[in-house]
Amino acid sequence: MKQELEALREKAGRELKKAADRGRLEDLRVQYLGKKGEITALLRQMGKLPADERPEAGKLANEVRSFIETELSGRAAEIKEAETAERLKAEKIDVTLPGVRRTLGSKHPLSIELDDIKEIFIGMGFDIVSGPEVEYDYYNFEALNMPKDHPARDTQDTFYINDNILLRTQTSPVQVRTMEKQKPPIRIISPGRVYRSDAVDATHSPLFHQIEGLVVDRGVTFSNLKGTLEILLKHMYGEDTVVRFRPHHFPFTEPSAEVDVQCFSCHGEGCRLCKGEGWIEILGCGMVHPKVLSNCGIDPDEYSGFAFGMGLERLVMRKYSIDDMRLFYENDVRFLNQF
Amino acid sequence: MNLSMRWLKEFVPLDDMPIRDFTEAITMSGSKVESWATEGSEISGVVTGKVLSLEKHPDSDHLWVTKTDAGCGEPLQIITGAQNLKAGDMVPVALHNSTLPGGKKIKKGKLRGLESNGMLCSLGELGLTKHDFPYAIEDGIFVLQEDCVPGQPICDVLGFNDTKVEFEITSNRPDCFSVIGLAREAAATFGKPLNLRKPEVKGGHGSGKEMLSVKVEAADLCPMYSARVVKNVRVKPSPRWMRERLRAMGVRPINNIVDITNYVMLEYGQPMHSFDYNAISGHEITVRRAREGEEIITLDSTKHTLNHNNLVIADKNKAVAVAGVMGGENSEIVDGTTTIVFESACFNGASVRKTARSVGMRTDASGLYEKGLDPNNCIPALDRACELVEMLDAGDVTDGIIECRNFEEKHTKIRLETDWINRFLGISLTAGDMKKILGKLGCGFDGDDIIVPTFRPDLVHKADIAEEIARFFGYDKITAAPLAGGALGKYTKRQKFERRINDTMLSLGASEIMTYSFISPKYYDKIMMPKDSAMRNSVKISNPLGEDTSIMRTTALPSMLEVLSRNYNNRNVSACLYELATIYIPTEENKLPNESKVLICGMYGGKADFFTAKGMAEDLLCRLSVYGWEIKSSGNESGYHPGRCAVLTVGGEKLGVIGEIHPEVAENYGIGERAVSFSLDVDTMYKYAEFQKSYTPLPKFPAVSRDLALICGESTPVAELEKAIREGAGSLLEKLTLFDVYTGKQIESGKKSVAFSLLLRRADATLTEEQITSAMKKVIKKLEAAGAALRS
Repeated sequence: MKQELEALREKAGRELKKAADRGRLEDLRVQYLGKKGEITALLRQMGKLPADERPEAGKLANEVRSFIETELSGRAAEIKEAETAERLKAEKIDVTLPGVRRTLGSKHPLSIELDDIKEIFIGMGFDIVSGPEVEYDYYNFEALNMPKDHPARDTQDTFYINDNILLRTQTSPVQVRTMEKQKPPIRIISPGRVYRSDAVDATHSPLFHQIEGLVVDRGVTFSNLKGTLEILLKHMYGEDTVVRFRPHHFPFTEPSAEVDVQCFSCHGEGCRLCKGEGWIEILGCGMVHPKVLSNCGIDPDEYSGFAFGMGLERLVMRKYSIDDMRLFYENDVRFLNQF
Repeated sequence: MNLSMRWLKEFVPLDDMPIRDFTEAITMSGSKVESWATEGSEISGVVTGKVLSLEKHPDSDHLWVTKTDAGCGEPLQIITGAQNLKAGDMVPVALHNSTLPGGKKIKKGKLRGLESNGMLCSLGELGLTKHDFPYAIEDGIFVLQEDCVPGQPICDVLGFNDTKVEFEITSNRPDCFSVIGLAREAAATFGKPLNLRKPEVKGGHGSGKEMLSVKVEAADLCPMYSARVVKNVRVKPSPRWMRERLRAMGVRPINNIVDITNYVMLEYGQPMHSFDYNAISGHEITVRRAREGEEIITLDSTKHTLNHNNLVIADKNKAVAVAGVMGGENSEIVDGTTTIVFESACFNGASVRKTARSVGMRTDASGLYEKGLDPNNCIPALDRACELVEMLDAGDVTDGIIECRNFEEKHTKIRLETDWINRFLGISLTAGDMKKILGKLGCGFDGDDIIVPTFRPDLVHKADIAEEIARFFGYDKITAAPLAGGALGKYTKRQKFERRINDTMLSLGASEIMTYSFISPKYYDKIMMPKDSAMRNSVKISNPLGEDTSIMRTTALPSMLEVLSRNYNNRNVSACLYELATIYIPTEENKLPNESKVLICGMYGGKADFFTAKGMAEDLLCRLSVYGWEIKSSGNESGYHPGRCAVLTVGGEKLGVIGEIHPEVAENYGIGERAVSFSLDVDTMYKYAEFQKSYTPLPKFPAVSRDLALICGESTPVAELEKAIREGAGSLLEKLTLFDVYTGKQIESGKKSVAFSLLLRRADATLTEEQITSAMKKVIKKLEAAGAALRS
């Protein structure tokens, strides 16, 4: 019995080492450990042994079984590893072949910039308000301190529908409408389409976008105007942006200013980008003219405010070095997909 | 506005301030400098030279060989082709390696074998004209009559030592369109005195008032008219200093009389005009509205037909000038003129602007008038002109000013509210500091009241005073402080909804476009909109740039097709685009139109067909939680293929359209492929969107799948079968999928086979076989009612 068991161990060890795949391994498992396997067969004969030999034989039989089990699982692991290695080798691909691309939609560059600016203002507590593009003369001009004979009202600048209705030349009428409806405190920006009677060329378009803002509250000062716009411009152009406020004139603000940032390219020395001025004009702003406040039913002795406005197209053109405004409205997919 | 720095310094002692310091500081106090240039800065290496001798060139019949002393030791041999020289002439010499205006470089070289060590220059080569140096000839070398010796830099000799500064003047400051106005700003900016002087006229040549009478009929359009008569005029070139100043300001010198009127206009900002006294019939000047159809030929020899809205200066019989715009040829100063009338008047700005536009002439004078001038400036300017006449010995000034005054002398008073201004600006100045600034600007004081000078009609409110204080205190010195107090900024529900539309369309692979809101009325024809369609009623622009942009769109389809067409013609193989476009629907006369937004999506190329578009619309509506919409085939949507177009409705309202573009329309737009589009009304989507979401638990019990193969009439819409199945299966139906539609062999003609897969599930229990059978029976019953039978 003992010899048989030893012979079995030796034979099984040899055969298991030779087994090349899982199928053969399974066959060997059945052959040795199965219900009708060789170990089982030997164990059945155990009864025929003298009683004093049985414990030793039993112990040996268990050793042989456990040897075969260990060898089986060891060999199984080896075979799996080899198979995996084989599979991985067979499945190697050329990773430099092109990926399968989906068609993604692109946001219009003007929307990208506008959304960025909206986020900045929402962060500063502003709401976003819109209003009609076809507008009454009153809201576009008169309420904004631009009487009937103001030069900005020349028909060469404004598209008229009739004497009282026009295409808004600025988004300021939205500010007037807001002030009429809402009591201070007011913090809004009004982005939107505006219209000027300019023939189309690389830097002009009869339709473009403006972003205007308005703040009205008790105790709003010119200092706050500077503070707010500096935050905006540093968000837009970086913390080290140099900003200057330069006196200017707008009929609806007093004092008024134009805001320049120091040329990003020459840092004030003067170059082609800034046309030798060293500064790039970004926006117009000022303290809301008291007459405008009272036109809108807000007491200028109690409240003060500031307003500002900028053209979106020019901001985006500078940002991406776009040299022709027409590209925005031609909507060639080769242009749109760049953003 | 150009400014001669030399002229400015006559009023403000700026001494040798570097030009960059000047331009930066004055820009920051509100007079923006656009550019500046020093005269003669393009010229280098050009000096005066004396022609010592000249001989014919041995190998040429027109060249001369000169020996010229240019102050550099040995005389230079220079060859010239000019024929106007003689020994002893002083001339400009461009030496070897010199530069002339326009960047022209001069180097020594050989002319027909003889060395030429430079070039003798003409007026033109130095960037001058005969008007600058009337004694010189234009066709030949500029023979200098200036006091000079050989070797002096030519710029010094010609007076090229001025700097011209170009300003952008804002429309509220007509006073700054003058040397004096800018001098006042400069004096306040740099804290220097402003040296103004009252003009002094000697006169003494008889009474002007007896020679001329003035009557203003249109007092509303002419607040002030003043005139003065000058006898025995002696027309000749004006002196060099005056010519140089005019040149620096960009004005061409003509003769002393014309130059004086221009000089005064530049210095005082007050337009002046001169008439030939003898051309004024009856020696009566009337300022009146033109008669309808009245004609005048202006100084530029152009004939204009006037109307009642135009103001003219007239004599007894005829118009002699278009007021504030241009004089008439009939009263022009000519060679035989002996006596002249200087006019210094103030006209209504709006009226001058309208007239200048209607006659198509915008002159320097009209440009000034239309900004609104100070009538108080007329007399000082008139006196200044007469003073210059006497100074230049250009004529004999008579006594007395003939004037017609139609304005009230009024001085605006504004209370100086120091505290308010400090709070408004965020600064802290004393009343004394503020008065100092205002005083520099010409303001007077009456206790705490500021008396505003008449040349500053823009100062009417305390906010205007605050701006003056801020400008000269320095905008850059005002501290920047963020807004006080917290505020919550947010997108509205509607704005978030529109953002969701954008995000969804982008994720569906469509790119956003932006198109013009105005279109051509012809575009309605291009999309085959019926002639009687109400959609053709559009808001019309009364002064459009052109027909292509003359009406506000009532549909976004033409704009989309335009863009698809451009992409197609630019050889882009496919495009899938969308816009949240505004359309403008007219309401009542004199009321604003309704502006509403539509989502339009258009595509061609790739897999673009009706069902792609429909799928995108379905995905979008699903993402927006717009449910319960219905779809019906529609044959009459403008621009769409009648057999491949559907209208979507929800709650009985039209939600939108999906369809393939009509082949003829595609042809109209030059799109050579099938193009499809859908549009959805944003207001309607918003109205029917569900914003309240609540969670449905994940299923705990298994689902059962059943397939149905049906036979129905070929034209039966699948949507009706789906509707029948949904009704029949009720709440057990979790998902319904169409997986086959078939016509052809094995199917009776006029019929089609349609196959669905149903997924049934109960949320609270496992479905029993009986429940499934009963549900399927109900489904089949409903289907039979809809005209479909189980395929056997």
